[in-house]
Amino acid sequence: MADSTSARAAVLAQIRKRLTESSIPASTDAELAAEYQRIPRSYSRGAAADADHLLHLFTERLVDYDAEVVRATSDGVAQAIAGLLAAASERRAMVPEGFPSEWLPQGVEILRDQDANGEQLGHEALDGIKTVITTVSAGIAQTGTIILEHSAGQGRRALTLVPDRHICVVRTSQVVESVPEGVERIRAQATQPITFISGPSATSDIEMTRIRGVHGPRFLGVVLVEQA
Amino acid sequence: MSVRVGKTATAPAFPIAAGGALEDSQLRRNVKHATEVIRAKRGRVVEEAADWEQLRQAGHDIKAHTLRHLDQYLQQFEANCERAGGKVHWARDADEANSIILGLLRGYQATEVIKVKTMTSDEIGLNRALEAAKIEPVETDLADMIIQLGADEPSHIVVPALHKNRAEIREIFLDKMGLDHLGTEATDLTDAARHYLREKFLRVEIGLSGANFAIADTGGVCVVESEGNGRMCLTLPDVLITLVGIEKVIPGFQDLEVYLQTLPRSATGERMNPYNSIWTGVHAGDGPQHFHVVLLDNGRTEMLANDLERETLDCIRCGACLNACPVYRETGGHAYGSIYSGPIGAILSPQLQSMEHSRSLPYASSLCGACYEVCPVKINIPELLIHLRGKVVRTDQSTLAGALNPESLAMKFASRAFQSTSVYVAAQRLARLGQAPFVRKGMIGPLPGMFGGWTKFRDLKAIPKHSFRDWWKDHEKARQKSGGAGPVRSATNASDASRRAASSETKEGASHG
Repeated sequence: MADSTSARAAVLAQIRKRLTESSIPASTDAELAAEYQRIPRSYSRGAAADADHLLHLFTERLVDYDAEVVRATSDGVAQAIAGLLAAASERRAMVPEGFPSEWLPQGVEILRDQDANGEQLGHEALDGIKTVITTVSAGIAQTGTIILEHSAGQGRRALTLVPDRHICVVRTSQVVESVPEGVERIRAQATQPITFISGPSATSDIEMTRIRGVHGPRFLGVVLVEQA
Repeated sequence: MSVRVGKTATAPAFPIAAGGALEDSQLRRNVKHATEVIRAKRGRVVEEAADWEQLRQAGHDIKAHTLRHLDQYLQQFEANCERAGGKVHWARDADEANSIILGLLRGYQATEVIKVKTMTSDEIGLNRALEAAKIEPVETDLADMIIQLGADEPSHIVVPALHKNRAEIREIFLDKMGLDHLGTEATDLTDAARHYLREKFLRVEIGLSGANFAIADTGGVCVVESEGNGRMCLTLPDVLITLVGIEKVIPGFQDLEVYLQTLPRSATGERMNPYNSIWTGVHAGDGPQHFHVVLLDNGRTEMLANDLERETLDCIRCGACLNACPVYRETGGHAYGSIYSGPIGAILSPQLQSMEHSRSLPYASSLCGACYEVCPVKINIPELLIHLRGKVVRTDQSTLAGALNPESLAMKFASRAFQSTSVYVAAQRLARLGQAPFVRKGMIGPLPGMFGGWTKFRDLKAIPKHSFRDWWKDHEKARQKSGGAGPVRSATNASDASRRAASSETKEGASHG
């Protein structure tokens, strides 16, 4: 294998040499931080849009990119989920640890990410599961995006990837207008695994047309629950 | 140091390769259709973003700042990534990167790797290195799969198989996937890809990716994609190796708020692409438990010494400049002889290789500026193209043979002629005589020898018998003879006279032919 230590030193030295040729001096950490803070950011951080408009926009943008959206009251979540499962003739669903039990639909077999030995399910076993139901960390209205940080109720990344149907519950208080606000919501968890999801899996690789459904879930259902 | 960018070292010059592409009417139709679709989509979603110009500016400013402190940000990224359980490797050039990756793969006894789209791996020729070492690279991005199965070359930064239409892709799938039948709908093709790759995603234990962003303040990496093949490669294998050009580092997690708005809108004309994955080192119980990052230089540091050249490294690989370029839209990507095609390729490929290869690319442009207008990080591509043309000429002139070649001598003479009135007037007279055999009906047709390039695709207007300078001299003489006139009337006369002069020039030209 190549000697990575000397490569590291060589690349860093070369960067410094070329920057010096361009009269750019090395700076201290404090100077660097100060210069970074001075970068002008005059773009929109999201206006205080009224709640109705926000939820309307979120729904419209989700639907525009092929997600299915159902509105529910706080005590109607289980029923809304049951409706989405019934529409797909699905009687079983994977539910990660930490998903609120009061949202679990009746008459549906709940699967857990655990095999007989108490280990995580293997890839093959996971591939046999059709539907997963999760919570989310935030929703972005302008782009119709949901954000997962794979914490309690959301499961490890593979759970919302391998099954073909992903149903998620978004609380209205989690919906923000813009991407900067969405990024701000998850900033404290920035070193957790994070997934932004905007509609079902799709591709633009054939004649530049968005075609639904390649490797990720081909169905994305969003239950939007009016709850803080 | 041996910097290599794909197969550029052996690729034919742009005008030669473009000639071939222009003959292929199917390819031209496919490229035209695809770029028209995406330009329209991009236009709509950019219109929606009222703060688009502010986002572009911020995207530019963040990159400019980062590159001015690239060594510091790379070390920050390295420290944070390793603290989170990743291992960072450094590679000076293509060979070193390949050998680091091969060394890692041998250590994990790999026979197969699943790959999510990485232009950088094409740049360093990783697949060839893997195949030579009997390790099978499996491309999982739909377009890359089409290229790999069809033994083709990528022709676009974002949509590598943009030059293939649906029917052609169907033929490749039927042939290479061993299918008996396959529908003709686009979803039939995506279903076939899903079925074909699912088994590999579940089984292969090593993934290989590129990165859209390496985040210094967290040590995280971000991959932007659509199909979910990225998430599969980043999540299911036990080992993940990520190849990252050193210019991909951004200072902070917060900076994603800019690029996650500008990149998808510019690349595929979507408000947001289906999936963005961000991970930081190794996460217990979730995803790969062995994570390596290979930071690649391969000629990038050479661009840091000059303010303008450094802008090239701002690029976030959205491909908007390709779709906007009137040259790319006619020729497609293969003519550029590099995996980096279009306007960005025309400035990136030659610079990565210290202007040794891809020297014809800075000329593959009409300098119309459409690329600059759509660039989400405001790279001044037209200015860079002119700058690089200058570099090509100066390198050529630095050798004796170069200094004595006819074009170089002609340009030196032209430079003198434009500095001196008498030389200029004499040269004009000489040219008027010299053009005589080639002028037909006031136009100059095909010229021989080194002048041929100017007249290959269009006729030139002949040099008129009577130049503006001559006319002006006569006019001033006549005016002085008549005792001069008031300024207003004189101006009117002059404009009348110039109209007459212009029409007489046309007549003269015509009679001359």
